[in-house]
Amino acid sequence: MRQVRAFFLRTAELFRKEKREQEFAAELESNLQLHIDENLRRGMNLEEARRVALVKLGGTEQTKEIYRDRRGHPMLEILWQDTRYALRMLRKNPGFTVVVILMLTLGIGANTAIFSVVNAAIFRPFPFVHPERLVAVYQKTSQFEESSVSYPDILDWQKDNRSFAALSAWRRDTFNLTGSGEAEQYQGLQTSANFMPLLGVQPILGRYFSETENQLGAAPVVLISERVWRNRFGAAQSILGKNLTLNGKDYAVIGVVPATFHWYRDSDVFYPIGQWDSEIFRTRGLSQGTQVIALMKPGVTIAQADADMVAVTANLANTYPDALKGTSAVVVPLREDAVGDIRPLLLVLLGAVGFVLLIACANVANLLLARSAARARELTGGVLGILLAIWGTQAALQLLPTTLPGIVRLDLDMRVLLFALGASLLTGLLFGLAPAWKTVRPNLQETLKEGGRGMEGGRHRAQGIFIVSEIALAMILLVGAGLMLRSLGHLWNVKLGFDPRNVTSFEVSLPPSSKPDAAAIREKNNQLLERLQALPGIEAVSVVFGSLPMSGDSEIPFWVEGQPKPTSQNDMSWSLMYGVSPGYFRAMKIPLLAGRTVSAQDSHTAPLITVIDEEFARKHFPGQDPVGKRLNLMILGPAEIVGVVGHVNHWGLDSDDTAKIRSQLYLAFAQFPDQATTMGANGADFVVRASVPSAAMMQAVRKEISSIDNRQIVNRVSTMEDIVTASQAQRRFSMLLLNGFAAIALLLATVGIYGVVSYLVNQRIHEVGIRMAMGARPRDILRIILGSGGKMALAGIVIGLCASFALTRLMARLLFGVSATDPLTFGGVALLLFGIALAACYLPARRAMRVDPMVALRYE
Amino acid sequence: MGEKKDVWQGTLALMALKTLEALGPLHGYGIARRIEQTSGDLLAVNYGTLYPALLKLEQEGYIASEWGQSDNNRKAKYYKLTRAGRKQLAKEARDWAETTEILARFLGTGKETA
Repeated sequence: MRQVRAFFLRTAELFRKEKREQEFAAELESNLQLHIDENLRRGMNLEEARRVALVKLGGTEQTKEIYRDRRGHPMLEILWQDTRYALRMLRKNPGFTVVVILMLTLGIGANTAIFSVVNAAIFRPFPFVHPERLVAVYQKTSQFEESSVSYPDILDWQKDNRSFAALSAWRRDTFNLTGSGEAEQYQGLQTSANFMPLLGVQPILGRYFSETENQLGAAPVVLISERVWRNRFGAAQSILGKNLTLNGKDYAVIGVVPATFHWYRDSDVFYPIGQWDSEIFRTRGLSQGTQVIALMKPGVTIAQADADMVAVTANLANTYPDALKGTSAVVVPLREDAVGDIRPLLLVLLGAVGFVLLIACANVANLLLARSAARARELTGGVLGILLAIWGTQAALQLLPTTLPGIVRLDLDMRVLLFALGASLLTGLLFGLAPAWKTVRPNLQETLKEGGRGMEGGRHRAQGIFIVSEIALAMILLVGAGLMLRSLGHLWNVKLGFDPRNVTSFEVSLPPSSKPDAAAIREKNNQLLERLQALPGIEAVSVVFGSLPMSGDSEIPFWVEGQPKPTSQNDMSWSLMYGVSPGYFRAMKIPLLAGRTVSAQDSHTAPLITVIDEEFARKHFPGQDPVGKRLNLMILGPAEIVGVVGHVNHWGLDSDDTAKIRSQLYLAFAQFPDQATTMGANGADFVVRASVPSAAMMQAVRKEISSIDNRQIVNRVSTMEDIVTASQAQRRFSMLLLNGFAAIALLLATVGIYGVVSYLVNQRIHEVGIRMAMGARPRDILRIILGSGGKMALAGIVIGLCASFALTRLMARLLFGVSATDPLTFGGVALLLFGIALAACYLPARRAMRVDPMVALRYE
Repeated sequence: MGEKKDVWQGTLALMALKTLEALGPLHGYGIARRIEQTSGDLLAVNYGTLYPALLKLEQEGYIASEWGQSDNNRKAKYYKLTRAGRKQLAKEARDWAETTEILARFLGTGKETA
């Protein structure tokens, strides 16, 4: 307690230096006078009295110096001096300055970015009313743990459940806006009427649509996003009641949704899902990507809601066995739903930045311990880094892949930034002051007992502990980074099954028509294919409907002809379905293994054919020739297998092997029945293989398409290579981050061990001198110094290895093709770290080797 | 003066506290003189040690200081013992007695066996 009191008093001294300085001078002066007075009393003459008193008082400047040290915090003052010195040095060494600032900017920026994301994703409540009561409800089928739900089922769920205050359907779609001005594609969100009220989101203008407007045949209404309202309509209040032409149909605008509303992705228009008249959408058991969000009644638990929904779906399965037998439902908390997949990644990254922060703190602590001016530069860099971190973080957030949870916007959280800064500075100070304090204020009894060596010993021990911890932490980060690197290496070697190079995919919106006509759509697509195929440089082109590798999937239930028809859709086999035109296999370079692929003869009137992949053949026709066999496909009917092609990596480099549905079948888009064809009324996807660069080719494609009909727009252009890369975005991103953190950690730890060994060498110069004088060779000195550094490094590496062994298991889900305890990575990293640590010790050791014994002995 | 012993750091604080207890409020010079006299002029108090020690005691709240007039009308800073200081003095004195007793016993035993 006394020490705490003294600490605060000394801190207070920082602010009244001048006054105290004068006061002490006065005290010394009075001391001198008192002494002179007494000497005079003893009979000395004035001159003698003064002389004796001055001698006794000693060097007043020296006394003042010692007094000053005791009065305030000499270390803080020295730190300040060092900082000013460091600033001067930084101006002189711009290269070094840039490195230091970059390092700290990265450190603080990364910390803030990750903390912001983790905070938003895991800790901060979602920006809705009652976020803790929000859940996602999925259908559970034999094929999917969490499947989207058909609209008729959702209507029954709304009626039958007892657990929810509200249950709402939502689905994404794209809309083509035409009419005044340039045609544009809009991201649409189709929802039930209770969607926004359930989330507690209020339109900033107008109102959300009502239950009566959410019915088939109701007058078409739409809400627009604040962004569209401002950009396209100049934020005019008069927008309400105006008409918007979407997909060739007029919708009355009834409201504007605030820009703060963010539902996984930004949406431009909001439209009543109940007005959609698609026949397939209204078929029970056929989910068209329609999802369910619900608000639990107060007091209802997840388990209760889940049990309720299981009962509701069991009833429905009894009523509609054909479509629903064997299906059930599952209730997932919204946060789990939005963040679940990403949680391990976020926690690993959070741990990693935390380690970086700890290492930085250890360095600050060592800086305070060693009072090394050279390393005061780091601290100064830190101050400058803070400023740059604010911009740096913004940049870092731009790098975050879109796969991160999207219910909340990810912004730089200033509170988090301040917290990270405060925490790191405070930790550094506390870590630094605690041991430093001990050395400055030795307890009389303790010091006597320890024979006067406790002070230095304690300081060295503290430094040793910091260095060992730094190396251990760096070790863990390096192992994590190494494992990610090896995973990525394995992924690059995964067979794709198609050749993404020179392939571009894009979407063409079709001219709007209020009544989609299947024959017209087929005709349009054929025309587009012919015109595009004729363009120079285009080798192959195909329409794509249903699945596209690594970007979208569509599945179809079927049973093999000759086998009994399964009693329900849920009991059927499922396969990925690709609706293509003849050019597809050439465009994607998918090898033909048997029979033939889709041809131009497979027209709407010709008998239905299908092409299957080798995986399909292996699973459903083991040991047989599938060509000529027939499948019964849901909705489409019986189809003859005419060929077998190679398997395509559909679900992503890391997950295709373990995906539940791996069978793939191809259908001729031209043979799709009318009701399926009209689903593609808004637009169709195409893939093109070209011998000319994608950008130039796309320019020609756009020109050609608008020459056919200038109301048609080309959207969502991306090369197949980009799609493959994007499928690994999350992993690449985490690898980049982990590698970055590991690099920072390695740098900090290297600087740390270098600084401490330098300091130790300076402390032991005397000893080195004696040893040299006694005949030690420079090599022996080198061995001693490297030995002391090496011991710390080894201790750190061993601790780091043990900790990594325990911790890397947590990131097993992020790895691919490499075990979480991969011995090669562990060993390699340990060797690397040891080498770097020794190199960091070598510089000061070399200095010690060159010590002149005579100089060293006189030192101190 | 060369043969005089310097005061052990640490013990100086104890001596200063004892002096203030014995003599009441006193200035730095007076404390130094008193310690030297009590030691029979065997010790020499270094002001570079004394003043920081006094400052430390003051920061810890064992002593308090204020400016006053000396007997012959000189302005001087007077130190006096606080209540906490009295307690601390008792404790330190006890500790010190213990330490010296241990040392005495230790050194004494050494002689006997020799």
